[in-house]
Amino acid sequence: MTPDYYLVLAAILFTIGAVGVLVRRNAIVLFMCIELMLNAANLTLVAFSRITGTLDGQIMAFFVMVVAAAEVVIGLAIIMSIFRARRSASVDDSNLLKY
Amino acid sequence: MEETVEYVQATGLLSSVWLLVAIPLASAAVLLLLGRRADKWGHWLGVLAVGSAFVLGLSYFISLAGMENKSVELSLWDFIAVGRFQVDFGLLFDPLSGVFVLLITGVGSLIHLYAVGYMSHDEGRRKFFAYFNLFVAAMLLLVLGNNYVMLYFGWEGVGLASYLLISFWYTKPSAATAGKKAFLMNRVGDAGLAIGIFIMFATLGTTQYVDVFNGVSGLAAGTILVLGLLLLLGAAGKSGQFPLQAWLPDAMEGPTPVSALIHAATMVTAGVYLIARSNPIFSANHTLQTVVVSVGALTLLMGCIIGAAKDDIKRVLAWSTVSQIGYMFLGVGLGGAAYALAIVHLLAHGFFKANMFLGAGSVMHGMKDQVDIRRFGGLSKYMKITWLTFMMGWLAIIGMFPFSGFFSKEPIIVAAFEREGWTAWLFGMAALLGAGLTAFYMTRLFILTFHGPKRWTEDIEHPHESPAIMTIPLILLAIGSVGAGFLLSTSVPDWLEATGGLGAQEEPHEAVLSHGVLTALSLLLTVAGAGLAYLLFRNGTAKQEQPAGVVVTAARRNLYSDTVNEAIFEKPGIFLTRALVYLDNRGIDGAVNGLAAAVGGGSGRLRRLQTGFVRSYATSMLTGALLVVAAFLAIQLGWLA
Repeated sequence: MTPDYYLVLAAILFTIGAVGVLVRRNAIVLFMCIELMLNAANLTLVAFSRITGTLDGQIMAFFVMVVAAAEVVIGLAIIMSIFRARRSASVDDSNLLKY
Repeated sequence: MEETVEYVQATGLLSSVWLLVAIPLASAAVLLLLGRRADKWGHWLGVLAVGSAFVLGLSYFISLAGMENKSVELSLWDFIAVGRFQVDFGLLFDPLSGVFVLLITGVGSLIHLYAVGYMSHDEGRRKFFAYFNLFVAAMLLLVLGNNYVMLYFGWEGVGLASYLLISFWYTKPSAATAGKKAFLMNRVGDAGLAIGIFIMFATLGTTQYVDVFNGVSGLAAGTILVLGLLLLLGAAGKSGQFPLQAWLPDAMEGPTPVSALIHAATMVTAGVYLIARSNPIFSANHTLQTVVVSVGALTLLMGCIIGAAKDDIKRVLAWSTVSQIGYMFLGVGLGGAAYALAIVHLLAHGFFKANMFLGAGSVMHGMKDQVDIRRFGGLSKYMKITWLTFMMGWLAIIGMFPFSGFFSKEPIIVAAFEREGWTAWLFGMAALLGAGLTAFYMTRLFILTFHGPKRWTEDIEHPHESPAIMTIPLILLAIGSVGAGFLLSTSVPDWLEATGGLGAQEEPHEAVLSHGVLTALSLLLTVAGAGLAYLLFRNGTAKQEQPAGVVVTAARRNLYSDTVNEAIFEKPGIFLTRALVYLDNRGIDGAVNGLAAAVGGGSGRLRRLQTGFVRSYATSMLTGALLVVAAFLAIQLGWLA
C-alpha cells in the first residue's frame, strides 16, 4: 500500500472543502467544509508520519483536532447568536463590517 | 589726509554734556507715561526741557570756545561689545556738533514756544510735545554721537519722530499716507547708511569717528567710493535730495511747527551734517565729491522749478527747502573751505526757513487752515507782524543784500565757480540759475499771499493776527534772518576750522569769473527773478488751477518723480506681490492640497476592497495560499532557476 492514495484522497477532500467554503452561503455548511479541510490536512499529516516513520505528524494531528474542537465551540456559538439576532444563517447577510 | 584727528576726554563742565540728550528724552518719557494727567501743563514742560537744553548747550559752547583742543569726547558706557565689534556709547562735542546743538535747541525752543499757541486748540497737544521732545533728543544724539552707530541711533530716532509727527493727524488719510511715504523712502536711505557702517566695520574694524577718519587714507579708492556713495544715499534719504526727494513735500501734512523744525530747520539737514562730519571720507575721493555736487546741483534746480509751479503755501516752502539743501550739498560736495560755507548756509537757512514756515502757519491760523496761495492776497493789512517777519525771511532766502541769504548762499555760488575745468561752469551756472529761480518763486509766494487783491474763500471775513506767543518767536527768528547771515559767515568758518578734518583746506582754484562779477550777477538775477514775479503776480492770479503748458504741468506733478517711482518701484512691487500670492495659492497650496486629495481619493477607492462578505475574504486567503504554495513549488522544482 502506497501512501500516495492517502495524499490524493486528502487533496480531493481539501478541494471539496475549499470549494464548499467559497460557493455555499449557509454558515453551518461552511463550517462543515472548514472541518473537512482540517481533516484533509490531518490525513496528510498522518500519512507523512507513516511515510517517515516518526510520530511528529500524528502529534500535530492531535493538536489540530484540539484546536478544531475549540473552534467549533466558539464558531457554533457565534453562528447561534447571529441566527438568533437575524433569523438567518447565511454568511452573506452578515456583511456590516465593510467600507 | 595726512594730519591725524585727535579727541580729548571731557572734563569739568563738559563731562555733563549727556544732559543735552537726557533732558528732552526724560521730558518726552514723562509726557508719554503720565498721559492725560499731564494735559494741562505738558506743553510747558516740553518748552522748558528744550529751553534748558539750549541754556546748557550755550554754556557748553562757551566753555568749548575757551579750550585748546576743541574736540571733546565723553565715553559713557560700552554700548555693544561683541567679539571684535566694540561700540562705545560716547558723545563728541566739537565745533561742528556745537553749532548744531545751538541751532537745534535755539530754533527748537522758539518753535516749541510757537507750538504752544499753534496747537492750543488741538486735543493731542501733550502728545505732540512728547514727540517733539523725543525728536529734539534724537537729533541731539545724532549730532553728538562719537561714532557712526550712535549717529545711526539718532538717525533712526529722528526718523521715528518725523513719522509720528507727519502722521500726527492720523485720522486724515493723506497725513497717514504721507507718514508712511516718508518712513519708507527714509528706509531706503537708512539701508544705505547701515551698509556703509557695515563696510566701515568690515574694512577698518571700527565705527568710532576718530579711528575711521585716521584709517580712511589706508583704504582702496574703490572702497572709499562705495562707502561714500552709501553714506550719500543715507544723506539723500534724510535730506530729501535726488533721487529720494519725493517724501519731503508730502511731509507737509504734519502740523506746521513740525514742518518748521523737522522738515526745514533741523532733521532734513542731518544729511549735510553726515557729509560734513564724514569729510575725511568724502575729501579722499574726487569722483565722490563730483557725485555729491551733481546731486546738490540737480536737486536745487528741481526744487526751484517745482516750487515755482506749486500753489500750496507749505509745499512751495517745502520745495524751497529741498532746493536750499541742494545748495548745502553743493557746498559740502565742493570740499575744502566750502564745507564751512555749507554749514553757514545750513544755519542761516534754519533761521529764515523756520521763520517762513511759522509765518505760513500764522497765515493758516488766521485763514481757517487755508493753504492755497490763490485764495490769499492782501493779507499785509490784517497780519502786520506776520507780514513783516515773513518779508525778512523772503528777503533772506532770495539772497538780497544785506539779509542772511546773501552772505550764506553767494559764497557757495562763488565756490562752485572755483572748481577746476568745465564743471565750474556747469555747477556754477546751476547755482546761479537757482538763485534767480528762487527769487522768482519766493516772490510769487510772498506777493500772492500778502499783496494784490483779496481772493479769500467766502467764509473768511476778517483774518486776525496770531497771539503773542506765536508772533514773538516769529519776531526773534526774523531778527535771525536779518542778522544771522553776516555774523555767521564771518565767524563760523574760523570756528569750524578746529573741527577734526574740516580744517584741512586745499588751495582753491582761481574762480573762472571774478568774485565781484559773480556777486553782481547773482544779485542781478535775484532782482530780475523777483521783478518778473512782481510783474506777473501783482494783480493776483486765478482762483482755480488753470490749464498750463508742458513745463508747468510737469512741475505741478513734481517733475513726474512720483510717476517714475510708481512705474519703477511700486508697480513692479505690486506685480511681484501678486505673483507671489498667486504662486502661494496655486503653486504651493496646490501641491499640498493636491497630494492630500490624491491620497484621500486613492484610499477611498482602495477601501472598496473591504466588501464585508466572508466568502470573498476566504477567496483572497485561498488565492494567497495558492500563490505561496506555487512559489514554494516553483523554487523546489527548479522552475525559476
